[in-house]
Amino acid sequence: MTRYLLPLGIFGALVALLFVGLSLNPREVPSPLINKPAPTFSLPELQDPGKKLSRQDLLGKVYLLNVWASWCVSCRDEQPVLTEFSRSKQVDIYGLNYKDQRDDAKRWLKVFGDPYVASAVDADGRVGIDWGVYGVPETFVVDRSGVIRYKHIGPATMNDLTTKIMPIVRKLQAEP
Amino acid sequence: MDVKTVLYGRRGAEGAETNINRLMQMPDGSTPAQHARLKYFLCVLCAAAAILFLSGIPQAASAAKLDGIDLPEQYEGRYKALIDQLRCLVCQNETLADSEADLAADLRREIREKMVQGQSDKQIRDFLVARYGDFVLYKPPVKATTLMLWYGPFALLALGVLIAVITIRRRGRRTPETINDEQHRQVQALLRRQDEGKNS
Repeated sequence: MTRYLLPLGIFGALVALLFVGLSLNPREVPSPLINKPAPTFSLPELQDPGKKLSRQDLLGKVYLLNVWASWCVSCRDEQPVLTEFSRSKQVDIYGLNYKDQRDDAKRWLKVFGDPYVASAVDADGRVGIDWGVYGVPETFVVDRSGVIRYKHIGPATMNDLTTKIMPIVRKLQAEP
Repeated sequence: MDVKTVLYGRRGAEGAETNINRLMQMPDGSTPAQHARLKYFLCVLCAAAAILFLSGIPQAASAAKLDGIDLPEQYEGRYKALIDQLRCLVCQNETLADSEADLAADLRREIREKMVQGQSDKQIRDFLVARYGDFVLYKPPVKATTLMLWYGPFALLALGVLIAVITIRRRGRRTPETINDEQHRQVQALLRRQDEGKNS
């Protein structure tokens, strides 16, 4: 009997392995920056280029950093969701305006909504590289001590925000 | 007896010549000679296309790799070798050297700058791994999480060989089936009958 059961078992294991493997999203490359201090940056703000936004400015609070650009097509799906979510004021959302034109970016926010407390302008994409950005939009959750705790790749849906991102944010906000 | 007789039998030998011509005729009705000319022409055409293709590609590729910027010549070999081992994260099956993606161009810029600053290949690789993970390397390092990736195929091969050896050994140990005297006589009678049939 084992003569037939053993190959069947091996076949079953292979099917299970491939089933899991194929249901993973190859686009979602796990970031090595999770649980590491967020990379430092100091960039001009989008709305007020005279002012700078830096990592130090954001220490002491839990925040989301959303990487966006006016040329990014899937950001158009995400933006209304983020804007609506930001009205609930559960967590501050900062933007990283990645490789964009200032005028285009400002116009884009008027059209699709502006959920950000402020957006930092990363015109040449260097800060993006430091943060391991490879596909816009991406959303990072950063804790009070400036450590990246979670990264969401691709446009976040309301479901992602309420079931994945917010539970982490609430937990971090509860930390001293 | 000549070859044609063997091939076609005595009666068919005379017709063999025409048979060969019929066999050689091309589906479109052209003769072998016409066909050879066509074949030659196609070969020349293919060779020309290959030369054009091969001469065009490296130029296009190296232009993309250097992004229109002059990299000091002493770095060029190292630079090209390095970007050939790194993966573009946007189009994941392309190297940084091949990719046209914006991010790949930015990363190439980053690599060029670091090379000119005097950083080693290892320092540059570490810089990228720190940001994008081992995935950025086409040749991932051997560590606990990649053991299966590196040695899994060999383990499976060894398992296969083991199973084959066990199976063959077991089969060898089985005693061959024997026949009794009556069966033996029957076999010999059959063989004898066959021999007689051949001779007649």
